[in-house]
Amino acid sequence: MHEEVVFAGFGGQGVLLIGQLVTYAGMIEGANVSWMPSYGPEMRGGTANCQVVVSSKEVSSPLVTEPTSLIALNKPSLDKFAPWVKRGGLIIYNSSLIQSPPGRTDVRVLAVPANEVANELGDLRIANMVALGAYLATSRVVSCDTVLDAMKRVLPERRHNLIPLNRQALARGIEIASVWHSRDRGDVSGRQ
Amino acid sequence: MGEKVLMKGNEAIAEAAILAGCRHFFGYPITPQNEIPEYMSRRMPEVGGVFLQAESEVAGSNMVYGAACAGARVMTTSSSPGISLMQEAISYMAGAELPCVLVNIVRGGPGLGGIQGSQADYFQATKGGGHGDYKLIVLAPSSVQELMDLTITAFDLADMYRNPVMILGDAILGQMMEPVILKERPKQDLPPKTWATVGAKMRPKNVITSLSLDPVKLEKHNLRLAEKYKRVADEQVRYKTYMADDAETLLVAYGTCARIAQAAVDIARERGLKVGLFRPISLWPFPYDALQLTAQESLRVLVVEMSLGQMIEDVRLAILDSKPVCFYGRTGGMTPTPREVLDEIEKIVEEGI
Amino acid sequence: MKQVFGRPDALTDVPTHYCPGCTHGIIHRLVAEVIDELGVRERTIGISPVGCAVLAYDYFNCDFVEASHGRAPAVATGIKRVLPDSVVFCYQGDGDLASIGAAEIVHAATRGEKITVIFVNNAIYGMTGGQMAPTTLPGQRTTTSPRGRDVESAGYPIRVAELLSSLSGVAYIARVSATSPANVTKAKRAVRKAFEMQIDGKGFSLVEFLSTCPINWGMSPLEAMKWVDEKMSLYYPLGDYTQVPEVG
Ligand SMILES: Cc1ncc(C[n+]2csc(CCOP(=O)(O)OP(=O)(O)O)c2C)c(N)n1
Ligand code: SF4
Repeated sequence: MHEEVVFAGFGGQGVLLIGQLVTYAGMIEGANVSWMPSYGPEMRGGTANCQVVVSSKEVSSPLVTEPTSLIALNKPSLDKFAPWVKRGGLIIYNSSLIQSPPGRTDVRVLAVPANEVANELGDLRIANMVALGAYLATSRVVSCDTVLDAMKRVLPERRHNLIPLNRQALARGIEIASVWHSRDRGDVSGRQ
Repeated sequence: MGEKVLMKGNEAIAEAAILAGCRHFFGYPITPQNEIPEYMSRRMPEVGGVFLQAESEVAGSNMVYGAACAGARVMTTSSSPGISLMQEAISYMAGAELPCVLVNIVRGGPGLGGIQGSQADYFQATKGGGHGDYKLIVLAPSSVQELMDLTITAFDLADMYRNPVMILGDAILGQMMEPVILKERPKQDLPPKTWATVGAKMRPKNVITSLSLDPVKLEKHNLRLAEKYKRVADEQVRYKTYMADDAETLLVAYGTCARIAQAAVDIARERGLKVGLFRPISLWPFPYDALQLTAQESLRVLVVEMSLGQMIEDVRLAILDSKPVCFYGRTGGMTPTPREVLDEIEKIVEEGI
Repeated sequence: MKQVFGRPDALTDVPTHYCPGCTHGIIHRLVAEVIDELGVRERTIGISPVGCAVLAYDYFNCDFVEASHGRAPAVATGIKRVLPDSVVFCYQGDGDLASIGAAEIVHAATRGEKITVIFVNNAIYGMTGGQMAPTTLPGQRTTTSPRGRDVESAGYPIRVAELLSSLSGVAYIARVSATSPANVTKAKRAVRKAFEMQIDGKGFSLVEFLSTCPINWGMSPLEAMKWVDEKMSLYYPLGDYTQVPEVG
């Protein structure tokens, strides 16, 4: 297994956090991992991203230049990173904020209305978790249970009360991905 | 063996210092290493240590000078522009033979430059950024685990040789997270700090100075330092190789660039190209002999740096004219990609270099 | 005729990068208006600091120089000594001026250097993400004073206007804020006076602005304005700090 992912969105959408959760979960499951964030003043209200490697091999470059997957929560991120994705890779985009899908036919593309689902659940801040759920179900890179385990370690104690809500958001994301798999991607639905 | 945790490179440096028994930290904020002083401001009070935000890097590095005189294990950290301001104190500490650990999380320069990762401070670190005939021991980690391990080593080397030791990282290493194992420090046999200025109780007074107005004496002092540097060069060379045994093209890279070069080696090998990597870990002392030996069977050497070519001068000194030494670098905070390195390898192989 | 709400000639139309609720932008505007009103744009040279205002050279429409961290008053001195008829102003944050640049500002002031300093005191390091500043209030939490500024270990905040006002080279010093229309009017008067002192060759002038940093204070823009009025201005009283220099 060798997964190189870019999580990208506006600063404040929580892309660094979901990247960290995947990294942490990978570590718990015994994989080699690395996490590299964008940083600095441009993060204020601007775009943020992180690059994550989860691999059964030693991680050589922590910088991801040809991702196997992209999770884009806003349009500028999709525009920037979609061309980077490896042929045969995966793009998950936030269809609540992005009207047109990326113009790539050589990758798998999954639209997730992350903001709408998060709003239904009552908290816009968990849109990132909806996207993460969809990604976990599609990539199978780490299990959802391990991510919840990681959440306990990554989130400060005072925010542990948010875990049940995050669990719901992840579940909704997984559901969206499953529907997509059984409808559009009969070939991969067997992996569910 | 300790627990495995996911840590940012900068935080790993800070925690490593604490594991190494450092209880005094002086620093001034600068991106991309702010996590170190921030971590220390939380952590030092918990372990009964001192965190002090200095008014500048000039002051911070002189606080280090003072704490080292008082016999403490002490560290300061900064990034390129701040390290430039410390050069005076570094020269004084080298002259007065004071142990301390300095960390440079390098960013793009010159001047105010930018905040993305760079390796353009190699000359400053290894060739003496301050005035006078002196050497720093310079270690270049390339993973978060190594940042931790080498920071601990740095404290021991500083005490062992009574010399400032610099960890030369970069913004990528400082910002990235990787799993680390927090290890107990193996006990070291270190010389007692009988020279420290802690009060002349039941002994003649100690004076720490780098002043020597008599050139005869100053030359003697320099010669004695040179002897010490020779000892360090004999005893503390560090490097690693990766698939170098049968390599026709030998890459030489350190720090983050070594990670990228290693990725390029992997892709090259998949394509049937015999490529390997030599990674200096101690940049001073530079592994001249080891590199020369490793490169013996290869046809060409390609140096990869996040600068316009600084370490390449040491590589040339090691290889001399025995084979071509090529270069690929990006600068100003840009990072070479494995693909770019691979293209360069293919280009020089094709050109028959 | 100038439009009342138009952009001053001394400002460019480049959108600033400042966070919502940050008063750096208002302060820029006041300085630019004064430069326009005094008709000195073409002989004005600005010096930008290392701090959030580093890009001031993009926003002011006059010649500009970027100095290293804290050294703006020294750079300004160099320029002014070459071009005595120019109007030279430094724009500096609290970390830049009162921490790393403490020596340069004291010596420029005591030399009576004919420059104007716009000093933006927001009680924190904005640019680097919210570390303690020399002006951080006692007890104030920052990323390097996570338990609140402990004066036992970190010392007390520096009152720059008071400190410099004891120096004989100083022609004018005032502390102002930009939290209300009335305060903005007063602030502009102070900036104008500071520039006039320089132009008239009277000596060193400085205007200290109590400014906001909502993002690093963890406050809304409104809360931040309130914090300036209710907390900062208690420690840093507004007003004129000029003392007639006694030249003995
Ligand atoms: C020599 C040096 N040290 C440190 C820095 C990092 N640095 C950039 S801005 C800054 C302080 C900014 O704070 P302040 O002056 O209060 O201005 P603000 O950003 O709040 O407007 C620091 C420490 C630097 N660029 N150069
Ligand atoms: S960080 Fe603070 S000082 Fe800087 S622009 Fe934002 S609000 Fe203003």
